[in-house]
Amino acid sequence: MALALEFSGISKAFPGVQALSDVSFSASSHQVHAVMGENGAGKSTLLKVLSGDNRPDSGTLRLDGKDVRFRNTHEALQSGIAVIYQELQLVPDLTVAENVFLGEMPSKWGLTSFAKMKRETARILEWMGETIRPDARLGSLSIAQRQMVEIAKALSHDAKIIAFDEPTSSLGSKEVDRLFHVLDQLKKQGKVMLYVSHRMDEILKVCDAATVLRDGKHVKSFDHLDGVTADQLVELMVGRVVNTEASYRTREIGEVVMTVQDLVGPGLSSPVSFDLHKGEILGFFGLVGAGRTELMKLLAGAEKATGGTVTLLGNELKRGNPTDRLNAGIGICPEDRKKEAIIPVASVQDNLNLGVRSRFSRMKFWINNARERENASAQSQRFGVRAAGLDALMRGLSGGNQQKVVLGRVLGHSLHVILLDEPTRGIDVGAKEEIHNHIRALAEQGVATIVVSGEMPEILSLCDRILVMSEGRISGELTHEQASQVTLLEYALPTGN
Amino acid sequence: MTDQTRPGNTMLRRIWDQAGIASIPILMIIVAAIEVPHFASAGNVIYSLGLSLTTTGIVACGMLFALASGDFDLSVGSVAAFAGMACAVLISKGMPASEAILLALLGSALIGFVNGFIIAVCKINALIATLASMQIVRGLAYLLNDGNSLGISNDHVAALGNMMVLGLPMPIWVLAACLLVFGVLLHKTVFGRNTLAIGGNAEAARLAGLPTAKIKIMIFALLSLLSGLAGIVSSAQQQLGDPKSMVGLELRVISACVLGGVSLTGGIGAIYHVIVGMLIMGIVQNVMDLKSVPTFYQYLISGSILLAAVLVDQWKQRRMQRVKVAG
Repeated sequence: MALALEFSGISKAFPGVQALSDVSFSASSHQVHAVMGENGAGKSTLLKVLSGDNRPDSGTLRLDGKDVRFRNTHEALQSGIAVIYQELQLVPDLTVAENVFLGEMPSKWGLTSFAKMKRETARILEWMGETIRPDARLGSLSIAQRQMVEIAKALSHDAKIIAFDEPTSSLGSKEVDRLFHVLDQLKKQGKVMLYVSHRMDEILKVCDAATVLRDGKHVKSFDHLDGVTADQLVELMVGRVVNTEASYRTREIGEVVMTVQDLVGPGLSSPVSFDLHKGEILGFFGLVGAGRTELMKLLAGAEKATGGTVTLLGNELKRGNPTDRLNAGIGICPEDRKKEAIIPVASVQDNLNLGVRSRFSRMKFWINNARERENASAQSQRFGVRAAGLDALMRGLSGGNQQKVVLGRVLGHSLHVILLDEPTRGIDVGAKEEIHNHIRALAEQGVATIVVSGEMPEILSLCDRILVMSEGRISGELTHEQASQVTLLEYALPTGN
Repeated sequence: MTDQTRPGNTMLRRIWDQAGIASIPILMIIVAAIEVPHFASAGNVIYSLGLSLTTTGIVACGMLFALASGDFDLSVGSVAAFAGMACAVLISKGMPASEAILLALLGSALIGFVNGFIIAVCKINALIATLASMQIVRGLAYLLNDGNSLGISNDHVAALGNMMVLGLPMPIWVLAACLLVFGVLLHKTVFGRNTLAIGGNAEAARLAGLPTAKIKIMIFALLSLLSGLAGIVSSAQQQLGDPKSMVGLELRVISACVLGGVSLTGGIGAIYHVIVGMLIMGIVQNVMDLKSVPTFYQYLISGSILLAAVLVDQWKQRRMQRVKVAG
């Protein structure tokens, strides 16, 4: 069998996380090879190694038996590798033909040859069975059509290896069929295709081989998928043994604090309803893009809901902004620490007092430095923030310490409900455990807590109850006892069209 | 490896980082006093240097807030001309000076309010929004008296421009008051701290519960109010409202702020930055005048100094980034 593409002992580490360790597998031509794994399994890093975006720390990539090493994406493209990402890498203001030839437009005597570009693009699109006009503006096309343009672009580079990252996530069922048709064509041409997806039904339908990754390690590869079931694959994806029971503590759960009824808004595909109780830690699990962060933004008032109600302690909250919601008693630790939570050029003390400052002020106007200092030092001690001092700039702190500052800030308010969106993302194991203990302590004090996480062990060791989200809606509810890695993932995986 | 491993070095570096920039105008004054004839005379320091700083300095107190919050305002020159004109027209129609000044200031603040509303609520980029209002308000200034300048003959207004108090002309006292009030506002109040927070990370400030839109509108209203004040003081000095005046003021003001160390990207700013920047610009200008440097060369020199200042600032920022990676 022709092993057209071979990963051999690929490892790649980022600060605080080993994204890939010693991954080896190979894909042959005339095949679509599925790459599977849950969040953080290493799929994206693998694609980035392939595309030249990331250079592996060790290990080699082989094309047709020859070692290759890419310094950038351009070199990978030159060697015939095209990676088609979820967010398409096209320019909406250019025409289809210009996008296809972006980066290396054919030219004659220094002038771009638009005629040749159009001719070539038309030829490729026709071969694919598409009716897109080469001189149409890309921005006027549907998502599915843009994806076809992206494939055409890969073909114009004569790519031998084409990798797809979640290609069907924003396509309708008819469009998916068209895409599969094109994949079939490409297969007949002898291309090697990698196919990253969470949709089991699609994988079993279109893929010929599969590789499962877990925590950056290679778990198992299948040369063929005859007789392989979705359950089997799911089990391989989660198969890690983590003793989450040891760290889970049962808690006293009180009466209902917050009721969400038929909430609708950006990022949600159907109305969301649930209750949250005093002293409860409610988990929201889901894959990336399931709508969890969007839901939290709606609850925190950062996005405007288009329908539904949020009731806190019996009072219906009006559609408000984050200021109103904080005053009502709902606070959020946002998902993206750098973009949404910290002020890098301000001191630790300033960051801790952000938003609570006016409570310490005289007449809501004059800063009371002594009380701000008091609050900052109390919160930083409570969470064990390690910094050069309260006057140290926030950007000099490690991710874990920044997260503790953000937690400390939100808890400067007297809150009934706290929303923690990925509270330990990118944080090392020690700090993670510390933060988990703080979250448990909060719940024991009676704060109703929501933890959004894509990490199953985190969800399982913290939460009393778990709502699973998938494709913008709540797809399942599990008690702590019912929840396991397999059940969580079963609910989280998209069901297809 | 970097500063953190060498405490002695850190001390020196910190002194430089904090006060280093402040030593530049002091050094410049000493050198100019020795080297440039007539520089150190009371007449030059008070009238040529001191009075030349007032317009830029007063507006810079407000621009400091806009820049610190991550925005800027191009309409300040037009607002200043408008306020001076409005004051002149109202007085010529027989309104008492105090009422005319108050009304002109209110009008200026209203323009700022609209600017702030368009930027913070309608979410229009500050460059575009204030570029538009810069032209609109300039047009209004012209319309007030058919494009003609208008003399102001009123003793109270003349006093605002030229009266001597404790040996210094009134405009210098106005500037000093603005520096004091806005310095206190930035450094001692919740509003000032929130301004810096918005500039440091607007989304984080919003999610942390700050009423960011209100704060931004307030900043633009205050800045326009100061622009109006500067325009009125300048008109009072010349006893003339002139719709063609104050062109390019916005660039001089932003230059002065950036020269002193206010970050163009927001989050970093202090009142001493304004004082330092304003002094450096004023002294250079004054010395060039005293030395009779031809105007064309003055442009070259002013531009080069600004460029040098931002390059030094960039270098400082990069160094801080490196410290972060090491720590």
